Amino acid sequence: MKIRFWGVRGSIPSPGPHTVRYGGNTTCIEVRTDAGCLIVLDAGTGIFALAQSLLKELPIEANVFITHTHWDHIQGLPFFSPLYIPGNAVRICGAQDVVTGAGIDRAMAVQLQYSYFPVREAEMHAKIEYENLSVGASIQVGDATVTNSILSHPVVNLGYRVDCNGKSVFFTGDHEAYFNIYDLGDEDYDEYQMLIDEKQRLVDNAVRGVDVLIADCSYTAAEYPDKRGWGHSTFDASIELACRCGARQLICTHHEPTRSDDELERVFAEALSHFDLGLDGPSVVLAREGMAIEI
Amino acid sequence: MTQTAAEIDKELAIVVERMPAFPKSVQRILELTRNVDCSSKELVGIIEKDPVITLKVLRVINSAQLSLPTKITSINQSVVYLGVNTIKNLALSIAAIGILPSGNAAGFDIERYLLHSLTTAIFARQLCTLYASGEADPGDCYIAGLLHDFGKIVFARFMPEQFGQVLARCAAETGMPSHHAERELIGADHTVVGAMLAAKWQFPAPLVECIRNHHSPEARDSAMSDCLRMADLISRLHERGDSENPYREGEAPINPLRFGVGLGRVIESLGDLGTLHAEARGFAQAGRAS
Repeated sequence: MKIRFWGVRGSIPSPGPHTVRYGGNTTCIEVRTDAGCLIVLDAGTGIFALAQSLLKELPIEANVFITHTHWDHIQGLPFFSPLYIPGNAVRICGAQDVVTGAGIDRAMAVQLQYSYFPVREAEMHAKIEYENLSVGASIQVGDATVTNSILSHPVVNLGYRVDCNGKSVFFTGDHEAYFNIYDLGDEDYDEYQMLIDEKQRLVDNAVRGVDVLIADCSYTAAEYPDKRGWGHSTFDASIELACRCGARQLICTHHEPTRSDDELERVFAEALSHFDLGLDGPSVVLAREGMAIEI
Repeated sequence: MTQTAAEIDKELAIVVERMPAFPKSVQRILELTRNVDCSSKELVGIIEKDPVITLKVLRVINSAQLSLPTKITSINQSVVYLGVNTIKNLALSIAAIGILPSGNAAGFDIERYLLHSLTTAIFARQLCTLYASGEADPGDCYIAGLLHDFGKIVFARFMPEQFGQVLARCAAETGMPSHHAERELIGADHTVVGAMLAAKWQFPAPLVECIRNHHSPEARDSAMSDCLRMADLISRLHERGDSENPYREGEAPINPLRFGVGLGRVIESLGDLGTLHAEARGFAQAGRAS
């Protein structure tokens, strides 16, 4: 499999001189299976550059998996140029919205309203399919299997594991390590802890043994207490997840939008200094726009 | 009545969908959520005391569309799976429907209903911990208690005229349990309606069975069922609200094997009932006051 990062920034596009090295586009990851099938994980603004690169190989069949519908993960959808070209096929998969009951098609429809975007979906000439995923389900994409897991974020967020011929990658999307909402001594503390331990086991099982774990590392451990409940993990929590699940490599992403390249490298080095990863531990790197790896 | 079961089933679901929550919980949810850092545990504490919101949250999270691999039976568990923000927004969308009026055309006493549901829930959870540890989940028993009489509130809103007659019959014939009058005058009792809804919304089978059987002495025993029926009895015995089904002298004790020799001992083992139900009463009364 080949993995290429087209957007690694969290929350909002952050272009400028201070983010040139790691990039300012929001989340978009291209995964190519061994047979060359195209899987796109999230449709943040990074998907626009990916779309440009795809114009050389038309017609395409794209399988877009949306982790969740916050803007920074869907904002590039209307700019995915293959949607406009007849002969292309685009399948967009994601979770149904729990509060409104709307399907993943709304992630597109909500953006194509007259006041916000000049083109209607009827004017997109690719074959577009939407698929609401059942939580925990596996679906086949060519020679790969994509399995989702429900993770922890202020809206339903599906992490995706792509398995292809014995190799695997897991992308968390946005995920905050589980925490107990009760205080020690509260009547419900133990029960809640049991529930989150149980849920954590399910997540660990889903991640276990992956070759590459791409994980939300928005905050440092020092920043986290003020951001608890915002739905993002720390470098430390993701490194612990990678170690616990035996991931071979951890790629830290969802860089905090106010973080400059220098600052990002500084906090990353500091987080790494909290761990002795040894020879058996995962290799840990920062995601960078344009970075490509093969597993 | 010429409606088919499927039609009734569908109508019931729509009625419950539109059913507003209790005044106190709506008011507290609106207050709490004005603050972006609203306390998750406080929010859970409010939701799990309101049978309408609890039922709706569990309905959504166990829906076929989401098809979670695990059945979710408590609000805490729903927070673990969906996150507190989603649960908060679900609760807000339910709060936006309005508030359940304290009065209804049937003359059903909503406050007594709520008090009974809450105390039964609290007792059932406690009984499970004390007498059915490892056989049933205390959280499931709480939900069973909270929702066991939900059918009555559906009757009160959905068929107020017939349910009014049920209440009148019970008042006129001392000792007539409401489920008998319901069967006679409506054609089905509240256990059937409650179970029908729970099943439609894919609640776990033991929970559905437990709601269906809570007035069927002939039904097969289960740990959750035992705890629910005993909790129901104690709640009515102590007049902690009775959902219009007061305790009757000589009512058969339930599953004496599990609970040992006497009802008195069981009640004693629950500790200070006053403390246990104080919160429930506060919640129910504040609901009416607002």
